[in-house]
Amino acid sequence: MAAFRLAARAAAALLAAALALAAGPVAVAAGPKLDAPRSGPCVEDPKLMRRSHMEFLKHDRDDTVRRGVRPAKHSLAGCVSCHASRADDSVLGSDTHFCQGCHVYAAVKLDCFECHTPKARPAAVASAAGEPLR
Amino acid sequence: MNPVDKRRRDFLGQAAVAAGAMIAPGVFLYDYAKAAAPATPPAGPPATSGPVSAKVRWGMLIDTTKCASGCRECVDACNRENGLPGTTRPTDSQWIRKVDLKDLRSGATLSAPVMCQHCAEPPCVDVCPTGASFKRADGIVLVDRHTCIGCRYCMMACPYKARSFVHEPTTGQKTEVPRGKGCVEACTLCVQRVDRGGRPACAESCEAAGHGAILFGDLNDPQSEISKRIRSVATTQLRADLRTDNGVRYQGL
Amino acid sequence: MATSSASQARLAWSLLAAGGAVVAVALGAAHYMEVHGHVVTGMNNQVVWGLPHVFAIFLIVAASGALNVASIGSVFGEKAYKPFAPLSVLLTVALLAGGLMVLVLDLGRPERLVVAATHYNFRSIFAWNMILYNGLFALCAVYLWTLAERRFAAAAKPAGLAAFAWRIILTTGTGSIFGFLVARQAYASGVIAPLFIALSLAWGLAVFQLAQAGFARLSGSAMDAALQARVRRLLGIFLVAALYFVVVHHLTNLYWARQAALERFLLVDGAPYPAVFWLGYVVAGTVVPVALVFHPKLAGPRATNAAAALAVLGALAFLYVFIIGGQAFPLEIFPGYEASSSFGDGRVDRYSPSLPELLLGLGGLAAAFVIALAGARALPILPRDEGPVAPAPKPAA
Repeated sequence: MAAFRLAARAAAALLAAALALAAGPVAVAAGPKLDAPRSGPCVEDPKLMRRSHMEFLKHDRDDTVRRGVRPAKHSLAGCVSCHASRADDSVLGSDTHFCQGCHVYAAVKLDCFECHTPKARPAAVASAAGEPLR
Repeated sequence: MNPVDKRRRDFLGQAAVAAGAMIAPGVFLYDYAKAAAPATPPAGPPATSGPVSAKVRWGMLIDTTKCASGCRECVDACNRENGLPGTTRPTDSQWIRKVDLKDLRSGATLSAPVMCQHCAEPPCVDVCPTGASFKRADGIVLVDRHTCIGCRYCMMACPYKARSFVHEPTTGQKTEVPRGKGCVEACTLCVQRVDRGGRPACAESCEAAGHGAILFGDLNDPQSEISKRIRSVATTQLRADLRTDNGVRYQGL
Repeated sequence: MATSSASQARLAWSLLAAGGAVVAVALGAAHYMEVHGHVVTGMNNQVVWGLPHVFAIFLIVAASGALNVASIGSVFGEKAYKPFAPLSVLLTVALLAGGLMVLVLDLGRPERLVVAATHYNFRSIFAWNMILYNGLFALCAVYLWTLAERRFAAAAKPAGLAAFAWRIILTTGTGSIFGFLVARQAYASGVIAPLFIALSLAWGLAVFQLAQAGFARLSGSAMDAALQARVRRLLGIFLVAALYFVVVHHLTNLYWARQAALERFLLVDGAPYPAVFWLGYVVAGTVVPVALVFHPKLAGPRATNAAAALAVLGALAFLYVFIIGGQAFPLEIFPGYEASSSFGDGRVDRYSPSLPELLLGLGGLAAAFVIALAGARALPILPRDEGPVAPAPKPAA
């Protein structure tokens, strides 16, 4: 079983490498142009965030909603407070707005903001709520 | 085996092999991506609240003798705190409402706010097909909008008409009170305040307005103000015959 | 009246196209409801389930009952019914699919159906029903297979028995969606489960009769007179049985002092519900069809079809009063007090259905029609396909 998994991983890695080689240069050349974050580094390595932000958010959202853990390290409010545009305090609105821009680029449906506000709160309120605003 | 059957079987067999060949790399890739992500995210800053514990049970005591007819402080405070528009069409959400009552025998009138009663045995939680309707360890009954499919069965089951369905797209939500079209919602006992040691906006505003008709506290703590009051005066739970054991109690009803 | 197979095929295709068009309109209506939210329906925070649920519950309850004929053939060994067993199973599948389509498209978040499939709360009768519905599809598929494949003929009886037991449980579950609502004066009652079973027998047989008569027109597979007479009598008996349970339910409510106001609302002065109940369900949906099927002078296929059609209309009338009337009457939260508020406390809700809701509901009926027609054309469903009865070769669907 372990040997099988190893073989599977190896095959997958090979396949992924081949795909990356094929798609790589295009992706680098035409990345989305996004608003710069308002402050310091992200709560995780950006590469990891790009791939796994939804996993982090889902994990912590259940902690917050169901068990009252506040503030969560990975919270949507945290994303919004750092990445909202300086012009209109929002992560949505155009293809340079952080969340919308990347999701349009990656063609992934974004429905968080059907319920959550895309607007950042004033900094004082956010830090009182313990958001990672640095 | 007749030739038609043979042909059909061969076709099915080939189709299965082709489908397997198409799906397998995706499955492996998924596995690979999972393996690349760290199993446990590194520890974050120490949480200021939670996980909540069953040692406390939040509740409220509403003194109808102090609740002023026509006063809407609690309703307005709730709307402000939770980003509700405050309109009152039959399709609009109302997390808390003022009910005017007239005793059918004596003719006496009184007034009281009604909101989610945060039952210990909530019918809405029992009937919810996906488990989106749930009770936190500390007794607060909530809707997890991430898994609510909008079937409204909980609204059918609630004895208190405490829940609202979001009938329209929403904007202008508060950061800590997400709400949107197609999900059911109700009073959260201002969970975002309670988790930080605060109390619900309605209770705070009622006191600020000089009525003090809404007392919030821990029903499990015998030393809490609310527990002492419940021991010393007669209080009732709405529809007590249903034995839902509500966290919200009424005095003077 | 003999029609050529080519003209039969033309007729079938045009009926399919017409049914498909109604379904397409319904999907458009559902999309409109999803984009704008339920504010474009007549539903609100008091009447939370509206016209779509009237149609959906009719279809789901009738689906269970449509299995009658197959059950009588396979389970109770009445050979005369056996040739019609496949049609009966097909109708179950078609009606159930139509009902579920309406139910799902009326959800606040229909795109989250996968959540409903992956998150189960086993204390919820609603979650149980999702398992029961899907299980009935599976059992019907197996049952249909055993009916169609001669080699599996021996398995038809156990498959039929399983489907029979399953659908009794399923309709108990559907009734219990309402019966278990302890806080709702109009519903909380154990009698609703058997009531729904009686209703399902009547409504399912009515739909079967109409479908059977329609397919006889379309493909010349008429039921013989003796069997037709038995179906007719059975329809009458089921309608009376259903009425009996309806009466028991209302009598129970009338006996409890605190339910008197609700009963008065539903049966006497809560317009429009008393009129819909007495004229729609009792007179048009029960008394007239029962008279039609039992009156010796009226006996005949035309009277039976009229009775079946009236039973279907009566079903919709009954459910309108049961579902919508039952919610329109205010919940009694403060016994002994007269209540009023901004949220409809103490006030009767004035629900009026909107066009998109109606279109969605009709789309469910049309979907059932399309599935039944397409199924009957594509699969060996109708008795004439069985062998020598057929006067002409089966036209390609």
